Amino acid sequence: MAQALQRAMRDAMAEDPTVHVMGEDVGTLGGVFRVTDGLAKEFGEDRCTDTPLAEAGILGAAVGMAMYGLRPVVEMQFDAFAYPAFEQLLSHVAKMRNRTRGAMPMPIVIRVPYGGGIGGVEHHSDSSEAYYMATPGLHVVTPATVEDAYGLLRAAIASDDPVVFLEPKRLYWSKSDWSPAAVEPIGKAVVRRRGTGATLITYGPSVPVCLEAAEAAQAEGWDLEVVDLRSLVPFDDETVCASVRRTGRAVVVHESTGFGGPGAEIAARVTERCFHHLEAPVLRVAGFDIPYPPPMLERHHLPGVDRVLDAVARLQWEAGS
Amino acid sequence: MDSLQQRSSTVQEPPGAVPAHRPTPPPAWQPRTDPTPLLPDTEPLRVLGTDAVADADPALLLRLYAELIRGRRYNTQATALTKQGRLAVYPSTHGQEACEIAAALALEERDWLFPSYRDTLAAVARGLDPVQALTLLRGDWHTGYDPHEHRIAPLSTPLATQLPHAVGLAHAARLKGDDVVALAMVGDGGTSEGDFHEALNFAAVWQAPVVFLVQNNGFAISVPLAKQTAAPSLAHKAVGYGMPGRLVDGNDAIAVHQVLTEAVARARRGGGPTLVEAITYRIDAHTNADDATRYRAAGEVETWRAHDPILILERELTERGLLDEDGRRAAAEAAETMAAELRERMNAEPVLNPMDLFSHVYAEQTSQLREQAAQLRAELEAEGEA
Ligand SMILES: Cc1ncc(C[n+]2csc(CCOP(=O)(O)OP(=O)(O)O)c2C)c(N)n1
Repeated sequence: MAQALQRAMRDAMAEDPTVHVMGEDVGTLGGVFRVTDGLAKEFGEDRCTDTPLAEAGILGAAVGMAMYGLRPVVEMQFDAFAYPAFEQLLSHVAKMRNRTRGAMPMPIVIRVPYGGGIGGVEHHSDSSEAYYMATPGLHVVTPATVEDAYGLLRAAIASDDPVVFLEPKRLYWSKSDWSPAAVEPIGKAVVRRRGTGATLITYGPSVPVCLEAAEAAQAEGWDLEVVDLRSLVPFDDETVCASVRRTGRAVVVHESTGFGGPGAEIAARVTERCFHHLEAPVLRVAGFDIPYPPPMLERHHLPGVDRVLDAVARLQWEAGS
Repeated sequence: MDSLQQRSSTVQEPPGAVPAHRPTPPPAWQPRTDPTPLLPDTEPLRVLGTDAVADADPALLLRLYAELIRGRRYNTQATALTKQGRLAVYPSTHGQEACEIAAALALEERDWLFPSYRDTLAAVARGLDPVQALTLLRGDWHTGYDPHEHRIAPLSTPLATQLPHAVGLAHAARLKGDDVVALAMVGDGGTSEGDFHEALNFAAVWQAPVVFLVQNNGFAISVPLAKQTAAPSLAHKAVGYGMPGRLVDGNDAIAVHQVLTEAVARARRGGGPTLVEAITYRIDAHTNADDATRYRAAGEVETWRAHDPILILERELTERGLLDEDGRRAAAEAAETMAAELRERMNAEPVLNPMDLFSHVYAEQTSQLREQAAQLRAELEAEGEA
């Protein structure tokens, strides 16, 4: 996946001289995850820039660059280190188009490696998507496959609006035979697996977990559908609700905390729109409502296959009662 | 192990013997060779009332005078509009007109201004329509103008956050080969914010063509400078970033214009950023809603009134025979015309379209916003029918 992301930036930079990559260690080193590997060499330090170590400064400078017609692609080194930039993100990146009645769009991509499962120490495993989702003016996108990593990042760079591009860091090393495909617009969910019994609504790092759970559920006689959201904002109600209407049951699965988390919004939307089709309440399988745990305990926190299957079992029970 | 043994052998040497190992600077450390003086002068630069004023261009002096008179009138008019409920709030720059205006006039047309919420006068001096400059404060929209048209960024309410934008824009302009300079304005309180420091550092590292102007008007709402910083001056902060710091009398329009013009020229020729601190004073309260008597003494305000930017310029112009009663009257009348027009236009009810709420959130509305727009449209239609 890391290579697909890098290819997406390279292709975008080659096609459009206004695309600039910037962040901490993105140049000579190629990023701590090597996602920007080779870009500085190929396009020069003016196009792929090692910035001073200051997230608000990086994003704030990107705002000014966007004002002058550039398309900055900003790397935040780790999820929890993006927080110093929230002021710029919330007050300016997300609002500039609105404040200026469309005169100043902010075509900025903010790439954030996010989520756990790689044994990272404190502050290296947060899932911050709920904060971004709660901010009008931002798009929030997260790929789960190598193909989508390429396609969605190309779409994000092409977007005239700011996109928070969440990269599931534990999928960085996932592999697939792929070739750069047509760029799909942001905002479309996709059904990754067809099923009839219940819908697992998920995204990013939890997609492979849900696919695995769906395979395991087969043995229990449960035929699960898996919807990969790909985009949290905008939210594809159509695909999600079409699926839930077919299956009548839904579980939202994500790593980030459950209370006030993305699943709360998704469950509410599904309930509002599909109430009469539902045979059980929409359930959530999320991380615990705790600060991200130390690496030796993270497996207890992260929703795995068993927890997903437990939820599915509860759905069946609700349905049968 | 080797290094441990070496160290213990030096420790065991008899006292007085020449140590085998002489301390040298750390290998990566380089002495600074840049000849540009970074420290500000000990005194703020003044021109008015000194011999240096002889070099000042009379036309510029008169232009500044007319603009200051207009700016002062703008401040009183806008403050009056708050009392009539026509403006939600107005942060006056009464007393600060010289830095606002002389700084803006130091820019070329192609340059950019990055103002804070207080800097409406700088924006107006740059040619922005006085009514458009007030939409933020009136409340009919956040930014009343197309920033590209006058090259004025939206007035920034969160303190110091506009400074990194100025750096990014100036950097982008230079990458494109344009000789554009960005002037970023901030208050003394704003210099404590992280964004101030990050912006200065980025600008210096990138050698971006930016001029930072701190208007030190003594207070951040109620908090005096002494509680804001322990630095000898705010201009001193430049040194640590590797850019020159300049101190100027912010009530001396000619001095401000001179220092800013030099800094802009330096930035334009690739010399990098400058931090300018203009020492001034806000005569009015923080905004019309603030009670300044709670945190400062009347006597202090009076000493600053004696150093009023208009007063000291007028004195100079009069002494040199450049300004007489007719000239004064002409400037006052021009300002009055501006004020009357501003009043009249601000008294007209702005026509707002509620559907605009959804128009500029994204380039293309999301399905969520389309639904909500439909809801509001239905509510408006129902209201219309009722
Ligand atoms: C980030 C942020 N914190 C707090 C405020 C509230 N606030 C508005 S003006 C002000 C004081 C600013 O003082 P200074 O920077 O000296 O500028 P001045 O008002 O004197 O021009 C404060 C605290 C704000 N606008 N932004």
